[in-house]
Amino acid sequence: MNTKEYIASGILELYVAGSLSEKENEEVHATILKNKELLIEVRSIENAVLQLTAAAKKDAAYSFDDIKAQLTVKETKVISIKKPKTNWLQYSGWVASFLIGSILMYTLSQNTQLKDQVANEKQQLEEQIDKASTNLADAQKLIDIFRDKDIISIPLVGQQVSPTSYAKVYWDKKTNSIYLDAKGLPDPPKGKVYQVWSLKLTPLTPTSLGILDTFTADANKIFTITNENQSEAFGITLEPAGGSLSPNLEQLYTLGAVSS
Amino acid sequence: MDQELLILQFQKKDVKAYEKLYNLYCSSISGVVNNIVKNDDVAQEITQDVFIKVWNNAESYSPQKGRFFTWILNIARNSAIDYTRSKKFKQSKQNLNADFFVDILETSSSLDSTTNTIGLTDFVTKLGDTCKAVIELLYFKGFTQKEASEELNMPIGTIKTRNRTCIGELRIMLGV
Repeated sequence: MNTKEYIASGILELYVAGSLSEKENEEVHATILKNKELLIEVRSIENAVLQLTAAAKKDAAYSFDDIKAQLTVKETKVISIKKPKTNWLQYSGWVASFLIGSILMYTLSQNTQLKDQVANEKQQLEEQIDKASTNLADAQKLIDIFRDKDIISIPLVGQQVSPTSYAKVYWDKKTNSIYLDAKGLPDPPKGKVYQVWSLKLTPLTPTSLGILDTFTADANKIFTITNENQSEAFGITLEPAGGSLSPNLEQLYTLGAVSS
Repeated sequence: MDQELLILQFQKKDVKAYEKLYNLYCSSISGVVNNIVKNDDVAQEITQDVFIKVWNNAESYSPQKGRFFTWILNIARNSAIDYTRSKKFKQSKQNLNADFFVDILETSSSLDSTTNTIGLTDFVTKLGDTCKAVIELLYFKGFTQKEASEELNMPIGTIKTRNRTCIGELRIMLGV
C-alpha cells in the first residue's frame, strides 16, 4: 500500500478519533514515524477535529490558572509517591531503629551484667578487706599477747606418735587463759578430735581443758582456752569425737612442761 | 513550538509546557464533554478534572498508544460518560435522547464565536445525516469502528471511508 492509498483508506481519521485497536494504533504510529507525509496528514486531520470539537464548547470560560494550584499540590504529591525511594528510606529507617534498639538492649544488658559483676566484686572485696582487717586485728592481738611480759610461753614438742608435731602454749596467769598455737599439728583423722590437757606431774593428774573441735576449720589454729589450774605441763592427745574423760597417752601428740 | 517537545516537557512535569498544551486542547475537550453531559457548568467541572487527571497520569502516556490529543480525548469522554451514569446526572432529568453536537452548534450563543465557528455551524448544518452521525459517534462519543458500524447498521469499511469523506469536507471548509 503506497502513501496515497494509505491516506485514502481513512485509517488516519480513525487513528485521530481513537477508534482503532491498541495493535492498530502501534502500527499506524510506526508507519507515521517512517513517513513525514503521513504525519502532516495526521496533524491536519487533528487540527480539523480540534476546531470542530471546540465549536461544541458552550459559554463557560476556561483558564489554566483554575487548575494550576491543584497541579502544584499534585506535583509534590507525585514526588512523595515515588514509592521505591520512600519505602527504601522507610525500611532502612526501620532497620536502623531496630539495630539501634538491639544495640541499646544489648548495651543495657551488658551494663546490668557489669553492674552485677562490679557489685559482686565489690562485695567480695569488702569481705576480703573485712577478713583482712579481722585477721590484722587478730594478729595484732597475738603480737600483744606474745609481747606481754606476764605471759609464759611453753613449747610443746612432738611425741612418739607424731614426732614432727609441735605446738605452743601462751599462758596468761592474770586472766587465767591460755592461747594455744596448734599450727604444728596435722589435721586430725575423721571421727577423731584433739583434746588439750593440763597436767600435774607428781602425781600425774590430767585435767581436760577441752577439745579442739573447730581445728580443721580454724585458719590460724590459735585457740583461746580458760585455764584456772596450777598447770605444770600441757599435753595434746588424739581422742574419739566428743573427747574423753582421761587422756589416751598412746595418742599423745605433743607435750611440754612449764618451766618454773 | 514543536508539539512533541511540549509533550516531553509536560511529562517531566513542566507546568509552563502544560499550560501551552492546555490552551491548545481545552476548548475541544470542553466541547466534547459538553456534548455528552449537556450542561455547561458540569462540562466546565469535568474538563478541569480531566486536565488534572492528565497531569497526574502524565507518565502513562506513550506516543505508541496514539496521538496526545486522542489520549486526552479518551480520558475526557470516559469522565463525561462516567458522569452520565452517576445518580447526580440521572436526578437532573437530562434528556438522554440527546441531540447531536450539531444542535449544540446551532443553539450556541456564539458571543465569543470566531468566524470559523460561524462557518462551522453553517457547514455542519448542511452536512448529510450520515456524516453528522459518524462524526458524533467517532469523535464525540468515542465509539470504535465496530461499535459505530453496529449502531448505524453500516459495514465497517463504509464507516471508515464515509468518515474519511466527512472529515475531508470539513478540512476543505476549514482550509486545513
